Amino acid sequence: MSPDKMVHMANQIAAFFKTQPGGGQAEKLAAHLNDFWEPRMRAQLIAHVAGGGAGLDALVLDAMDHLNAPAA
Amino acid sequence: MKDFIIPWDETDKGTPAKTGAPVTLTIDGFAVTVPEGTSVMRAASEAGIQVPKLCATDSIEAFGSCRLCVVEIEGRRGTPSSCTTPVADGMVVHTQSERVRRIRRGVMELYISDHPLDCLTCAANGDCELQDMAGVVGLRDVRYAPGENHFDVRQNGEANPRYTPKDESNPYFAYDPSKCIVCSRCVRACEEVQGTFALTIEGRGFDSRVSPGAGFDDFLSSDCVSCGACVQACPTGTLQEKSVIELGTPTRSVVTTCAYCGVGCSFRAEMNGDTLVRMVPAKGGKANRGHSCVKGRFAWGYANHRDRILNPMIRDHVDEPWREVSWDEALSFAARRLSAIQAEHGRRSIGVITSSRCTNEETFLVQKLARAVFMNNNTDTCARVCHSPTGYGLGQTFGTSAGTQDFDSVEQTDVVIVMGANPTDAHPVFASRLKKRLRAGAKLIVIDPRKIDLVKSNHIEAAHHLALRPGTNVAVVSALAHVIVTEGLADEAFIAERCDDESFADYVAFIRDPRHSPEAVEALTGVPAQELRAAARTFATGGNGAIYYGLGVTEHSQGSTTVMGIANLAMLTGNIGRPGVGVNPLRGQNNVQGSCDMGSFPHELPGYRHVKNGDVREIFERHWGVEIDPEPGLRITNMLDAAVDGSFRGIYIQGEDILQSDPDTRHVAAGLAAMDCVIVHDLFLNETANYAHVFLPGSTFLEKDGTFTNAERRINMVREVMKPKNGYADWEVTQALANAMGAGWHYSHPREIMAEIAATTPSFAGVSYELLDRMGSVQWPVNEEHPEGTPMMHVDGFVRGKGRFIVTEYVATDERTGPRFPLLLTTGRILSQYNVGAQTRRTDNVVWHDEDVLEIHPHDAEQRGVTDGAWVRLASRAGETTLRAKLTERVSPGVVYTTFHHPETQANVITTDYSDWATNCPEYKVTAVQVACSNGPSDWQEDYAAHAAKARRIEAAE
Ligand code: SF4
Ligand code: SF4
Ligand code: SF4
Ligand code: FES
Repeated sequence: MSPDKMVHMANQIAAFFKTQPGGGQAEKLAAHLNDFWEPRMRAQLIAHVAGGGAGLDALVLDAMDHLNAPAA
Repeated sequence: MKDFIIPWDETDKGTPAKTGAPVTLTIDGFAVTVPEGTSVMRAASEAGIQVPKLCATDSIEAFGSCRLCVVEIEGRRGTPSSCTTPVADGMVVHTQSERVRRIRRGVMELYISDHPLDCLTCAANGDCELQDMAGVVGLRDVRYAPGENHFDVRQNGEANPRYTPKDESNPYFAYDPSKCIVCSRCVRACEEVQGTFALTIEGRGFDSRVSPGAGFDDFLSSDCVSCGACVQACPTGTLQEKSVIELGTPTRSVVTTCAYCGVGCSFRAEMNGDTLVRMVPAKGGKANRGHSCVKGRFAWGYANHRDRILNPMIRDHVDEPWREVSWDEALSFAARRLSAIQAEHGRRSIGVITSSRCTNEETFLVQKLARAVFMNNNTDTCARVCHSPTGYGLGQTFGTSAGTQDFDSVEQTDVVIVMGANPTDAHPVFASRLKKRLRAGAKLIVIDPRKIDLVKSNHIEAAHHLALRPGTNVAVVSALAHVIVTEGLADEAFIAERCDDESFADYVAFIRDPRHSPEAVEALTGVPAQELRAAARTFATGGNGAIYYGLGVTEHSQGSTTVMGIANLAMLTGNIGRPGVGVNPLRGQNNVQGSCDMGSFPHELPGYRHVKNGDVREIFERHWGVEIDPEPGLRITNMLDAAVDGSFRGIYIQGEDILQSDPDTRHVAAGLAAMDCVIVHDLFLNETANYAHVFLPGSTFLEKDGTFTNAERRINMVREVMKPKNGYADWEVTQALANAMGAGWHYSHPREIMAEIAATTPSFAGVSYELLDRMGSVQWPVNEEHPEGTPMMHVDGFVRGKGRFIVTEYVATDERTGPRFPLLLTTGRILSQYNVGAQTRRTDNVVWHDEDVLEIHPHDAEQRGVTDGAWVRLASRAGETTLRAKLTERVSPGVVYTTFHHPETQANVITTDYSDWATNCPEYKVTAVQVACSNGPSDWQEDYAAHAAKARRIEAAE
């Protein structure tokens, strides 16, 4: 997937969880990604963050701690 | 072969059923008890006594014009017509006496004197109520001398001025006025059942005739939508299916289900041997109650179309011609390639796409192929591109992914919101039922950028039309909720009892904010604040409120959010859990609901249970004897991305045409082109097949047993009315492919697959073919608590317990207009065509729609020098195409609209890769575009046509 497209999709999800009341937005965002993003997509996101995470919403970066890294 | 025993009574009881207090009367000495308001005719029929009749039929109200149905009632003078006389307690009725016999014979004599006597060569011979009644009343001679009539072409050597020739303009039925008895059943059916009001009786007395429209129209150019209700109602051969004229009257019938839209109409497939003669809507069908639309009723000719491919084909490369091979060779070729890909690129490098047009059983097998044979969760379905946000949104708020009501519920609705749906075109039979309710006084609120037919048409008019700018659904839904909350119109008692307090408190705090007020969002949405306020008040205070929505809600960046907003609205107003209310997604294709239920999505096993849950995986692991991957698989668009990246290389696509139906065609084409093994399993060489290496011929819904689940969660039987022309039903082909890869499956009939579904999926626990044969249909959940199914959901509590309100912040889509692309394109469909049109384009339905056109407001057209019918270039940042323009005020200035039924148009070259945030459901409904004059097809269209022609070549047999 093109990095732009991935960043766009991740930021869209962040845009929703940011508006949700209560705490734990980063956990909720990560849970969504764990539930719906296939391991390859999560791996790509993790790699993108490792490379500086250009373009990603701050909430996505926060969520990385809770993201399940796919087994290789 | 014998008739399937029809699980309901199809007798024509003469007048519609009523509800009311029981009334007991005696008919020919037999006591009978019926609801108050029932006609004497119907009461007699309930007692097994058929009173002769001509102008009455039980799909429409009695009219009382023929006087054939007269009876004697003790204590009453004269001979009242039984169809128009309501029953009364203690009434004593005699349906036979010398007097009524004489009257009836006289009536028949008059009718027959103006009717041709060529019964033996009439297409309705044996299927004509006039004939039957002549027999029943004992008509033996006609004493009138031949005189003025409507059937002699010439009289006294001159043209008969009363004779009107046949109207054969409609491709599916003929109108022969010479046989008409002017009973007006057709006129009333068109009004009452269909709601189109296309027919009238012109002239008076002996001169009166049925006419489609304004005197000079024929059926084709009239308002007629070819639903067939008039043909069904006609007691004579006047309105007659052309297929019966050509093939003769049918001799056996099998009850089955329409394979087109999510209404899921029941039909009797009427056959002569293995030849289908006609499809007749079944009265006992609980979704359609005896009605139909042009697609299900008439557009089944594709099953015999010469384009249908009946032999398997393979090729090494997509630029080679196809080679016809045996099933064995094709399957082992496919299995070899798929296994080789997995060996080289890992088990997650291949996947499947299930079809929303195939049966539940077939879909179940295809996802099982991915999960138990490919050993991954790479399964997705075209429901991804239409209703995946419904699954997510309703799951989050209510706890289940389905509509809450049955279609009958609309009969008790007082105010209806139709949002982002165009039922008269896309769900016609539901639309007819809705219109009937609207004519009886229910109010309608339409939320749609276009002035769809429901906004105003014959005898109906929406109370409010909120013509929002595409992409602002969430803002409009939130503004409605804002008005309801701030004006104190919320149903506090319902919320306190049924919904989660904390989520409600958060929601109220959010929605009260003045930034959600209609005034604040007016500039954004384009909906006048006063109109929006009025609509909110109407909905909140108008009685039973029901919301019906379609793809105009889901196919957006914020599709899931809008679905949640709709669920919020229903909970706020207490409109859940009883007849006449609810949240009702109108599903596009026939089995969208079923394909979702059956675990087609990559993150869910059948029954909407996430693959991460070990307990759920265990159920299937036990049944299938394999280990199930706990990670979610790839969705369609992710598969294509992974294909371009090189990590996804093989796919089995059953009954879908993703190249035409999915957005951003270039991206789809690039993904398909990058794969090593594309297997297309379909009726025709569809557009996707241009990129395929293996083609497995499919079977039609007429050629297999199985079930479809419609938008009401109703599981309907599909029955094999003829043997598969390609040799195998689709489930057999999937099984053969699985076995070629070593699966060792041995299903011998779809009932065994359903048994496996029931054994593994709690909401289907009680479903079996025996139950379906007995009940006709059932709505899931079917379990111990609801052994005969569940017409209405969330009655005493939500499936998830308490209903959960969700904050729905509007986020503008990134697809914005600007100087280069100043207009917004939105897409939809029309009545006579279905989805990508693969089936309907191969029927006579093309007389109504032979190309896609671009609807554009005259103001926008003028600015661009575009005239009606001119070729225009339609361009977005994704691509461009050309089509003809149609100037219309149905679209607002700034908005253009088209359909995507024809591959030549390639409308999806224009749509972009933006999608719903939660589900990746593509944003079909908003694309920024520019329109300009053009003089012919775009380069892409020409290249595409050349490529398609090349890719479809089949090597001549030696
Ligand atoms: S086919 Fe349907 S729409 Fe057309 S005239 Fe008959 S009832 Fe009316
Ligand atoms: S066309 Fe048929 S239904 Fe209509 S008035 Fe004539 S006989 Fe009756
Ligand atoms: S297309 Fe839909 S409305 Fe029309 S007959 Fe089929 S199921 Fe019914
Ligand atoms: S059937 Fe009763 S008047 Fe015609």
